[in-house]
Amino acid sequence: MKRIKMIKSIQLFVLFSLSLLVVSCGGRSDSSSETGSKKSSKSERITVLGAGASFPAPLVTAMADDYRDITNNRVTVNYQSIGSGGGVRQFVEQTIMFGMTEAFLSDEVIANIEQSTQGKAFNMPITLADVVATYNIPGVDEQIVFNSELLVNLFLGNITSWDDPRIAEINPDIDFPSIPVTIVHRSDGSGTTNIWTSYLSSVSKEWRDRIGFATSVNWPVGVGGNGNEGVAGAVMNSPGALGYNSLSYALLNDMDYAAIINSSGNIIEPSYEATTAAADIDLPADTRVLFTNTPAPDGYPVAGFAWMLVYENLEKNNAINSRKEAVELVKFLIWTITDGQNLSEDLGYARLPQAAVDRNFEMIRQIKWEGEKIGEELLKAAIN
Amino acid sequence: MQKREFVNSIYKKSLSLIYNWLGDKIFLITIVSLGISIILLALGMAWVLLYEGHTSLKVHGVIGFLTSSEWDPAVKLRFGSLPFLFGTVVTSVGALVIAFFPAIAIAIFIAEYAPKWLGNIIENMVHLIAAIPSVVVGIWGIFVFVPWMREVVYQPVYTWALENNSSLLPILGNPIGYGMASATIILALMIIPFTTALTKDAIDQVPKEQREAAYALGATHWEVIRMAVTPYARGGIMAGSVLSFGRAIGETMAVAMLIGNKNNFPFTIFGPAATMPSVIINEFREAVENLHLSSLMAIGLVLFVISLIVNLFAAYITRKLSITGGQSI
Amino acid sequence: MCSYKKTEKSLLQRKIHDKFMVALLMISTIVVMTPLIIIVGYVVYNGIGAINADFFTQELGSPTRAIQGRPTGLVHTMVGTAVVDLLALIISAPVGIGAGIMLSEYPDHKLNPFLRIMNDTLNGMPAILKGLLAFAVIVKPMGSFSGLAGGVALAFVMIPIIARSTESALMNIPWSIREAGLAIGLPRWRVVLSTVIPAARTGLVTGFLIAFARAAGEAAPLLFTSFGNNYLPNHWTGMIFGPVDTLPQRLYSLAISPYKEWHSMGWAAGIVLLSFVIILFVISRLLTKQKH
Repeated sequence: MKRIKMIKSIQLFVLFSLSLLVVSCGGRSDSSSETGSKKSSKSERITVLGAGASFPAPLVTAMADDYRDITNNRVTVNYQSIGSGGGVRQFVEQTIMFGMTEAFLSDEVIANIEQSTQGKAFNMPITLADVVATYNIPGVDEQIVFNSELLVNLFLGNITSWDDPRIAEINPDIDFPSIPVTIVHRSDGSGTTNIWTSYLSSVSKEWRDRIGFATSVNWPVGVGGNGNEGVAGAVMNSPGALGYNSLSYALLNDMDYAAIINSSGNIIEPSYEATTAAADIDLPADTRVLFTNTPAPDGYPVAGFAWMLVYENLEKNNAINSRKEAVELVKFLIWTITDGQNLSEDLGYARLPQAAVDRNFEMIRQIKWEGEKIGEELLKAAIN
Repeated sequence: MQKREFVNSIYKKSLSLIYNWLGDKIFLITIVSLGISIILLALGMAWVLLYEGHTSLKVHGVIGFLTSSEWDPAVKLRFGSLPFLFGTVVTSVGALVIAFFPAIAIAIFIAEYAPKWLGNIIENMVHLIAAIPSVVVGIWGIFVFVPWMREVVYQPVYTWALENNSSLLPILGNPIGYGMASATIILALMIIPFTTALTKDAIDQVPKEQREAAYALGATHWEVIRMAVTPYARGGIMAGSVLSFGRAIGETMAVAMLIGNKNNFPFTIFGPAATMPSVIINEFREAVENLHLSSLMAIGLVLFVISLIVNLFAAYITRKLSITGGQSI
Repeated sequence: MCSYKKTEKSLLQRKIHDKFMVALLMISTIVVMTPLIIIVGYVVYNGIGAINADFFTQELGSPTRAIQGRPTGLVHTMVGTAVVDLLALIISAPVGIGAGIMLSEYPDHKLNPFLRIMNDTLNGMPAILKGLLAFAVIVKPMGSFSGLAGGVALAFVMIPIIARSTESALMNIPWSIREAGLAIGLPRWRVVLSTVIPAARTGLVTGFLIAFARAAGEAAPLLFTSFGNNYLPNHWTGMIFGPVDTLPQRLYSLAISPYKEWHSMGWAAGIVLLSFVIILFVISRLLTKQKH
């Protein structure tokens, strides 16, 4: 009896120690053979893993839902919103098949990638991001109008009260109350902040030199809210607040948002059409361009692309294990910029302008798997 | 025959030698190597943080990194940890100050006054509450606590200050709801169960004789607690508070969800601030620049060092202050 | 000196003082316990509406599903949580028990003071740093986010807790039991394995459960290890070697999302998480009771 107990306890102990070994060592060495067996047993089903910016996440995940239905559950696209910076970083670390970002890859990053993969890293616009100035001013029901100078002065803290004559000058019909301006900004790193600050940078030298633009910056004034949610909550709950949110979010929460005078001198009310119009400019081949303060006459000035990041030589990406996965990734990519765009308006996104779609096609044609131009083949098959 | 017995006995002896001596050796080696793996884990963590964070420490200098309040990830790429260091210390000390007496009160109530069944219920609840996940507290904070505090406390106080004493305004800060005060109160709520449990343990260790002697002198129940129980348990209580402080320093999710996350310095009471864990969780995912990422890792290293000091301090107090001189009973 | 002063007060005064303190203690107990009970109440109140059959059988998908009222749920999250937490338990149990045995059964070992400090420091470290460590040692070398990496990150959370609880559970076993074993000629390792550990069984299990409950609620270390997934993986190996969803991390992303529908799913996820923790807790309490 005792003996059995003893043996049992020894067994238990050995089992525990072994399981540790198996899990910690076996896990690592088995990983390559594991993916192999996964392929053979479920040869048909493929997972495409992507991650990045949170702004396009609702669109991309909705696309993933639809795409799963279209392919009869064969292709699952797993997109996690971890933020633009995270998208770039994980893309470079090659832990994901595609990244999403609202801030395009820098020359330095692209040069590094070119060195390590002997190929380019493409920035492909998938959708457009637009940021509106949201406010909460008691007694003001009309839509207020800002120009660039006014916004810069407000966010620099140079204008501290809503009854400042500089505000009244552009909005002669509105009677502003004498309450202090409370600036609300994002506290977490965010692509929305990137677009907003890049607009302020492109219209003001002072802003560019003092604050600059990035996913998080050193704000001169104001309070921080965590996420779109936090900013919206803070704006709606504090009289005199001025913040910034994406247009779809402002619409969803029924917030007041301002019209902005663009560089052509037109008063532009934010809308999906105005956002699409903003991108209707002469795009460079790699689409790496900021068009905040767009020269397009009907364009809303605070807008930018959300890019999908894909390697030119797909086999170099550690996250992609087989040609099949590469093919499904490219197919999904083609679908997002063609049929997938039909989801845009319903979900609160502006449609991609034709110029951007054409540029994307150019880039897809260059995508290769072990030298084979799979992008070209698939694109041909998809368009015909 | 004899020879055979002799061989047999040698065989048996060597078997038992293997069984006893070798068995003990193998067991000890296994156990010690498992123990060492924990030490390696802790050191490994320190090494990873140092390895990833040393770029930032080199660029800013250790002193510079600790004392600079500039955190600019966009233009100048200068990173200083002072706002976060300060935010962490203020919220944690604040939480401990708020939590200390209520926690001790609950512990004394459970241990000394409450009938056994009630004490059991409360103690179980305290333990259970300690197990409530941080994110659950966070979601409650966002949707219930913050709006409520804004309506009932922050805004009335702010309005009052606006009308009566405007010199207070810069200290109070914006009554937006998310901020230092909210985070500190939530943090206090979260460490109360922890402090209570540790205090209760300390009180339970007080020998019966100690109490009985005091009762024999004709002391009332409260006097017994004051004269006999708390002085005896003070080492444990103090060490428990220091450990709770350590717990508060490392608390991440709920604080990040409620503190408002702004790296300003100096800070205000109601206004947003940031702590070391909150800045890590907020910006780690978005950091693109290597120096930015490295600075976040360096903050992790600072956190590690502080945590180490707090734990060393707690161990020291337990040894120094307890009447038994650190001997466990 | 203190007692001298007391004698100057009348007995009645002292008794009133005594009653006053009792009242004060009771009030502060109530005041502190109330908000904590309210938290649980709110979670249940807000989340109960989102709990239905779909919640336990459907995958999450995109937010449009929830907004348009199409079936959506967290089945993949619950399965993922179970896998990741079990992995964490399997990894952490031997290390934690081993260290606990070292601390309690070899009290004179030279490394013990150091081990104890390191263990406590590890326990006090914010969980996010443990996630960073798991990212560095598992995700980067393996080249992918995985349930295994999440399990390792949570194991880092559990190990110090299990080590501590094992130590105290073994310490509670009187030395006389060990001495009895040694006296009849048993080697030390057998005394530990077949006498001390079985005797401390309930204490050990309680420690596991507490560590388990603590780890099950951690979101921060999972963001960069198990990563998240909106669907069930294609194959069960995907649970271990691919990105998986876990409750706390999903709860966090639901809570900070801009959709009301997702908020209520977040509350519902809170209910599941809380019930899980409470069940673990009740089991551990019952075990402790049984022992006494």
